[in-house]
Amino acid sequence: MGKLDSNIPSGPLAEKWTKHKNEINLVNPANKRNIDVIVVGTGLAGGSAAASLAELGYNVKTFCFQDSPRRAHSIAAQGGINASKNYQGDGDSDYRLFYDTIKGGDYRSREANVYRLAEVSGNIIDQCVAQGVPFAREYGGLLDNRSFGGVLVSRTFYAKGQTGQQLLLGAYGAMNRQINRGKIKSYTRHEMLDLVLVDGKARGIIARDLVTGEIERHSAHAVVIASGGYGNLFFLSTYCMGANVMAAWRTHKKGAYFANPCFTQIHPTCIPVSGDHQSKLTLMSESLRNDGRIWVPKKLEDAKAIQEGKLRPTELAEEDRDYYLERRYPAFGNLVPRDVASRAAKERCDAGYGVNKTGEAVYLDFAAAIERYGKEKAYTLGMKDPDKDTVRKLGEEIVEAKYGNLFQMYEKIVDENPYKTPMMIYPAVHYTMGGLWVDYNLMTTIPGCYSAGEANFSDHGANRLGASALMQGLADGYFVLPYTIGDYLADDIRTGAIPTDTAEFDEAEKAVREKIDRLLAVQGENTVDYYHKKLGLIMWNKCGMSRNEKELKEAIKEIAELREDFWKNVKVPGEADAKNQELEKAGRVADFLEIGELFAMDALERNESCGGHFREEYQTPEGEALRDDKNYRYVAAWEYKGDPKNSVMHKEELVFENVELKTRSYK
Amino acid sequence: MKLYLKIWRQKDAKTKGKMVDYTMEGVEGDMSFLEMLDVLNEDLILKGEEPIEFDHDCREGICGTCSLQINGRPHGPDTRITVCQLHMRRFKDGDTIVIEPFRAKAFPVIKDLIIDRSAFERIQQAGGYVSVNTSGNTVDANAIPIEKDKADMSFNAATCIGCGACVAACKNASAMLFTSAKVSQFALLPQGRVEAADRVQSMVRQMDLEGFGNCTNTGACEVECPKGISLENIARMNREYLSATAKG
Amino acid sequence: MSALIKSSIARKIVMALSGLFLVIFLVLHVTINLASVIDPETFNQWSHFMGYNILVQYLMQPILIAGVVIHFVVGIALEFQNKRARGVKYVKYQGGANAPWVSRNMIFTGGVVLAFLGLHFYDFWIHEMTYKYIEANPMDPTRYYEETVAKFEPMWRTILYVVSFILLSLHLWHGFASSFQTMGVNNKYTAGITRFTKIYALVIPLAFIFIALYHHLNPVMH
Repeated sequence: MGKLDSNIPSGPLAEKWTKHKNEINLVNPANKRNIDVIVVGTGLAGGSAAASLAELGYNVKTFCFQDSPRRAHSIAAQGGINASKNYQGDGDSDYRLFYDTIKGGDYRSREANVYRLAEVSGNIIDQCVAQGVPFAREYGGLLDNRSFGGVLVSRTFYAKGQTGQQLLLGAYGAMNRQINRGKIKSYTRHEMLDLVLVDGKARGIIARDLVTGEIERHSAHAVVIASGGYGNLFFLSTYCMGANVMAAWRTHKKGAYFANPCFTQIHPTCIPVSGDHQSKLTLMSESLRNDGRIWVPKKLEDAKAIQEGKLRPTELAEEDRDYYLERRYPAFGNLVPRDVASRAAKERCDAGYGVNKTGEAVYLDFAAAIERYGKEKAYTLGMKDPDKDTVRKLGEEIVEAKYGNLFQMYEKIVDENPYKTPMMIYPAVHYTMGGLWVDYNLMTTIPGCYSAGEANFSDHGANRLGASALMQGLADGYFVLPYTIGDYLADDIRTGAIPTDTAEFDEAEKAVREKIDRLLAVQGENTVDYYHKKLGLIMWNKCGMSRNEKELKEAIKEIAELREDFWKNVKVPGEADAKNQELEKAGRVADFLEIGELFAMDALERNESCGGHFREEYQTPEGEALRDDKNYRYVAAWEYKGDPKNSVMHKEELVFENVELKTRSYK
Repeated sequence: MKLYLKIWRQKDAKTKGKMVDYTMEGVEGDMSFLEMLDVLNEDLILKGEEPIEFDHDCREGICGTCSLQINGRPHGPDTRITVCQLHMRRFKDGDTIVIEPFRAKAFPVIKDLIIDRSAFERIQQAGGYVSVNTSGNTVDANAIPIEKDKADMSFNAATCIGCGACVAACKNASAMLFTSAKVSQFALLPQGRVEAADRVQSMVRQMDLEGFGNCTNTGACEVECPKGISLENIARMNREYLSATAKG
Repeated sequence: MSALIKSSIARKIVMALSGLFLVIFLVLHVTINLASVIDPETFNQWSHFMGYNILVQYLMQPILIAGVVIHFVVGIALEFQNKRARGVKYVKYQGGANAPWVSRNMIFTGGVVLAFLGLHFYDFWIHEMTYKYIEANPMDPTRYYEETVAKFEPMWRTILYVVSFILLSLHLWHGFASSFQTMGVNNKYTAGITRFTKIYALVIPLAFIFIALYHHLNPVMH
């Protein structure tokens, strides 16, 4: 238990961070020049951390598997970034942002971390604006805000539907400035394969140059893992194709605890799978649920006819439609939170009411909104008795103005006009709240090894609110790590450069080479994707939107068996010392096959339903999540013991002194 | 759908490449172009051949990784999308599709369809940023009001995904649209004005050093840009460059 | 300074400026030529003035020649640089899908105009130089009209002139407006500049073609 000290500073919640910053050790600027830091991953968290650390004077090396730091998947975030600026004067405050985030996370995150997040959120906006991030503005020239789900204030800053892109380019610019100064050395098309420990401290990594296949040794006084989430273990997700857990998982295997692996967010509005060839899923902004009504056919035979293409949804009479969210949750209707909406869609589709050829889709229908808007518009135009076509035309114009780009994106992918036929949507994996366990300083259980952004577990509890991922990534990178890492590095000012020709590096490199050789030596019968897809199906069916003891136990067994088969039958073509995408994929899938098992174990162990983790055994008579604060108010931090099945769980009890624990209800 | 593919294969940067023919059957219209290549690769692997390497990542048109020249056009026959957003329903049964990497001397081929776009990195490193430290004491975000029009124009320039389609489309392999998008983003904002003269000169110098061609205003880049970055940005960069040079 | 000369944008601006200068020169040229159709007397007067005025001969003429040389030399240098920038060629390249033919073939249209200029220099400039300086003939303010018309007597030369002017038209069609974009002008006037370019690129070469055909069809009778 000694290892799981969260190092939360004492004192009142609102003063903890300031107090901590005042008390921690600093490194003198002249000494920073002699200290090296490795940052793995260059998304919002890694990119901002690398730039800030280099500004301070540390020698930074960054690693990303993409051909440029700018391509990290933070770039795909659409909606926005939260900050408690209270520019709208609607009563927002650090406390409110803190409270919303804790509650949204279903009371499974750390108060002190979340409060700090809220506290620095305003600085993020200032910093990004200073960098030239072109946020949306009002006509008066000041920054615009929009509202997001789950909160009562307007605190989301945005840049059209490309907020993540603009913020990442800001961090990338800050990195470029340091690269130009020689303070960052950027290794692109490089993948971290292992963490190197010297005397129990993180002192470097083994990386593979993905172009030449060369195995490289890089040493540093501290290592930051900011490699994102592990949602791609589901195969189909809204993650980018390259997203993987390798850096985090191999750090875990070297001793870092992995926290709450089963906490995954499944987003309700994604474009459904169209066939076996599908490689990834595309998110449609949550904002669509403001105007779209979700439904499936009431009768099984109608659903079947629609699945077979014999019936068009527009031909179905109003009384034959089941607006199941409005039926089940009359108060919130179509605007229930993400986890609830996702589970309800799955429930209907599992019962056979799905509406596309695979039976895994529900309708998101804008007909009612088009009619409503059309009538309103006609009325304001002075038309007393407009005909149907006019109403429709006017209504479509309004809907286009609001959601035009999304509708167009949908039409490109699905080849159906969503103004005329209802959209088809289905939930998809898109974020993992779980990750490497870190203390208040963002340090893992390995001294000198830090973790930031989605890769750590710290701030979102069991469910993340919209527009909070960008906030957390940048808070960690710009405003938390640069301070806290100094506290640790202050002891390293006399260490000098870490040599890479030591036994520790030899051993780590040898292990990495053996693993690669093993992968290439199997030459079995199945491709890497074959295993990845199989794993994805197990995860989706048994560890997805709702879970139960029986299936989780099956999943644990099946994943272990699949992993065994993988190592006996996988076929990886090509060579180790050349560009080899299949080899890259194989290494990543090998790790997914391990974390998948831990994921299921964690879900099995947590006998409650909270946030994105829904256990069928633990629900109210109405089918709602039943949290167990008495027994499960903790962070489950897993220690690796040679095999996922031997992993040992450590508990970090969560203490709530500033909020009252409540049940969420949306009826 | 049955398709005849002609695909550029090249072992590595040093080896000479060539076009190789593949025939694919059972291609569905719902497949994205890259998923079609995934299916082809699965077949190749099982047949004991080396799969075709191509760059891709987000598969939703924002990361800018995918970079295929399809039937002589960057990102294929449609405009305003990247390859990953192109679907096979755009093609007909029996079509022949020629797939090549984006071609430019500054974008050497790494393997098969994968190119090295680090030239773009170096152009950005030469000045594509505002020099501001992360202190937590920066002025309040609303202390600098910015005209909405200018902010929107700056945003439009900033939506560049750095894919290189502009270079690939240009008969001169010019990188002016890419470079000008970044120069414009900052030139339009008060935060970026301070370093504007240095920025444009450094970035243009680096662009020239990388061996890109010159802009002859054909407008091909603007047509093929998946994000619709406007030629106005090139004019703006030229202006910025002229006035920076005049200032000396 | 050397950095400036090497810069692609600076070179492009040299192209734009020299091009615009030649565009203006064309107006002067076509105006004088039109006189040959309207009134041979006036044509002779203007031509004589241009041929013997010190300012024209020793200042404007060298500037014009420099303008032409710079436009062609820099243009050709840029073309070589542009060709090198591609390295390996595309197996399939659909340039027509995203850019008009005229904009992609400036080197061709310009090259033809350059070849034509060779003929044109041979026909008129070399002839003038020989007449004035080598043979040292006396001034004859009335010779120009007849000499000019005589040039258009052969069918082959007239056809060459007509073809060259068509290509000049294509060159101007892209080049004129393009020079504004290069100099950084892309604003609310751009649509107007583009329209004007189209009119200019049609009217000026058509006038030259008209003059050539007119003289071909109306030879001077002796």
